[in-house]
Amino acid sequence: MADMAARGQEPEILFWVGCAGSFDERAQKITRDICKILQHVGINYAVLGTEESCTGDPAKRAGNEFLFQMLAMTNIQVLDGYNIKKIVTGCPHCFNTIKNEYPGLGGNYEVIHHSQLIQQLINEGKLKAEGGESFKGKKITFHDPCYLGRGNGVYEAPRAALEILDAELVEMKRCKSNGLCCGAGGAQMFKEPEPGKKDINMERMQDVLEAKAQVVAAACPFCMTMLTDGVKHQDKEQEIRVLDIAEITVKANGL
Amino acid sequence: MIAQAIFIIILGAAIYLFAKNAGKIRRNILLGKDTDRSDQPAVRWKVMAKIALGQTKMVKRPVAAVMHFFIYIGFIIINLEVLEIMIDGIFGSHRIFAHPLGGLYGLLIGGFEGLAVLVLIACVVFLCRRNIVHLKRFTGTEMTAWPKSDANYILITEILLMTAFLTMNAADYKLQLLHFEHYVKAGSFPISSLIAPLLPNRSGALVILERVCWWFHIVGILIFLNYLPYSKHFHILLAFPNTYYSNLNKKGKFTNMASVTNEVKAMLDPSFVPENTGEPARFGVKDVTDLTWKNLMEAYTCTECGRCTSVCPANITGKLLSPRKIMMDTRDRITEVGNNLDKHGKDYDDGKTLLDNYITREELWACTTCNACVEACPVNINPLEIITEMRRYIVMEESQAPASLNNMFGNVENNGAPWKYSQADRFNWSNPS
Repeated sequence: MADMAARGQEPEILFWVGCAGSFDERAQKITRDICKILQHVGINYAVLGTEESCTGDPAKRAGNEFLFQMLAMTNIQVLDGYNIKKIVTGCPHCFNTIKNEYPGLGGNYEVIHHSQLIQQLINEGKLKAEGGESFKGKKITFHDPCYLGRGNGVYEAPRAALEILDAELVEMKRCKSNGLCCGAGGAQMFKEPEPGKKDINMERMQDVLEAKAQVVAAACPFCMTMLTDGVKHQDKEQEIRVLDIAEITVKANGL
Repeated sequence: MIAQAIFIIILGAAIYLFAKNAGKIRRNILLGKDTDRSDQPAVRWKVMAKIALGQTKMVKRPVAAVMHFFIYIGFIIINLEVLEIMIDGIFGSHRIFAHPLGGLYGLLIGGFEGLAVLVLIACVVFLCRRNIVHLKRFTGTEMTAWPKSDANYILITEILLMTAFLTMNAADYKLQLLHFEHYVKAGSFPISSLIAPLLPNRSGALVILERVCWWFHIVGILIFLNYLPYSKHFHILLAFPNTYYSNLNKKGKFTNMASVTNEVKAMLDPSFVPENTGEPARFGVKDVTDLTWKNLMEAYTCTECGRCTSVCPANITGKLLSPRKIMMDTRDRITEVGNNLDKHGKDYDDGKTLLDNYITREELWACTTCNACVEACPVNINPLEIITEMRRYIVMEESQAPASLNNMFGNVENNGAPWKYSQADRFNWSNPS
């Protein structure tokens, strides 16, 4: 972004990568796939790179409002400094925070999640699910991230990316507004779970197994980690793949 | 004349008592902090019409939805009949609407009788679900003796009231057929006429039976009215304002604390002069009076159905958290605070707080903020807001967050990421190794 600004240019859209997308090895791959999609359709985009910081989501959900607002206001200064108007995020937590909580602190942007971008590109005919890996005959299920689904009512966009595949889209018994959390939200990602009968992602794996899905589509880096752990724990790595919506799109389009 | 006088005295006393206790609840709710929920009235009316009047969130569990709908519609419509009973009671008349309404009256009574049967069926089904089938939703650590018997009292009372209503009509019907004075012909009484053959044939006995049932029915209703403020059944009244004052924001949006905004602004910009916001408030929630009036209204609206808890991922996996318990604890505590106020005056401190004395930290830290409980609530209660507000108190006032979360805070503060990575490496994803 800094380079672009130095050349006196402004991007059409800023891609907010997020902490997981920047540092987590698995999520980094998704980040690169989102970039591939943006490049493929020729959208003029930028990333903040080392100028990006945590949106403050985990701090806020854990109750540290001070830390959250410090981060939020600093981020808003950076974004406004580059005159950013539109943001796409690779993470529902970043999406929710920037979209819903930044306006109250002076940061007003049009924010979309990458699944919404993909849906839009499909609607415009720019992504077709052709020429790449075929998902023909595969059973695919979608795990709704809480902060995308219940948090913001986005249920159809990620499904749109799956519907154009030549695959069988199956729903888990707990889906959409009834979806079950992966167990990582609300800053749970960064602590051990409280004592109980089992971990939440293991409970979720039951739904995946019942749906007999071969591919579990995720749309959140935290869900990705939790679901992948669940699959590993069940020793189902050979039978069940966990893929982000962006990865599926890239594979299907052969990007 | 004596009967009329007694009726008026009982009615007056019942209304007075109810107003007094409902007023106490209102006072208790207003012990909460102010929050503005007066915007967008048109949207709010619509939400109320849909959720409270239309019961659209009940349908997720069809059996309960249908049974609840019988009781709900029975309750609303049967109030027309109660209106007649009131007028008859005060003026000593009998079935005052029968003559002016004519054929319509017979139709109405027939409808009420049908509803009474549906209510009876629903109550029996509900009793079975609670006491014989033992649905998981109606158990749980928070479902102690009182919440369980409260539910049963309500159902049994409704069964008694409906039985009295039908028996009263049956006796009345038989008296009408006998052309007994005062008992005017008033429709075909489609259901109670089926019970009529079981009743005595002597007019004297029938009159006594009719009168006993009449008094039992109306006095029962008045007693039930006064039971409401002590019971979860108060939801029949509060569901309406509670949905009207719903949170209209996206569920993912948490409040930005204004008091924090001022401090952070002052920190980032030394020239910033914060507006005078009055006395410094506590950060977050330690006791019920730190909550907003809306949180407290929700606590009084909660009918302990447990839909929130049954979808809570933490609860499902055996953790201590139960969103229903959060609401029940809040109600118990605010009731206790209110009682203290009545007994000991304004400045009394009983040394207890919602945090620790009622809700434990283990419960609070088990929450994933997934909003499943908020989504599930048929009357738009938000237990999550109470949970996060209490986390705020623990973190900002006490600095007592779990160690792993403190580590995360430290990382976020120093590296701008919740993990221990250097900010300089943030763009490394662009160069895959």
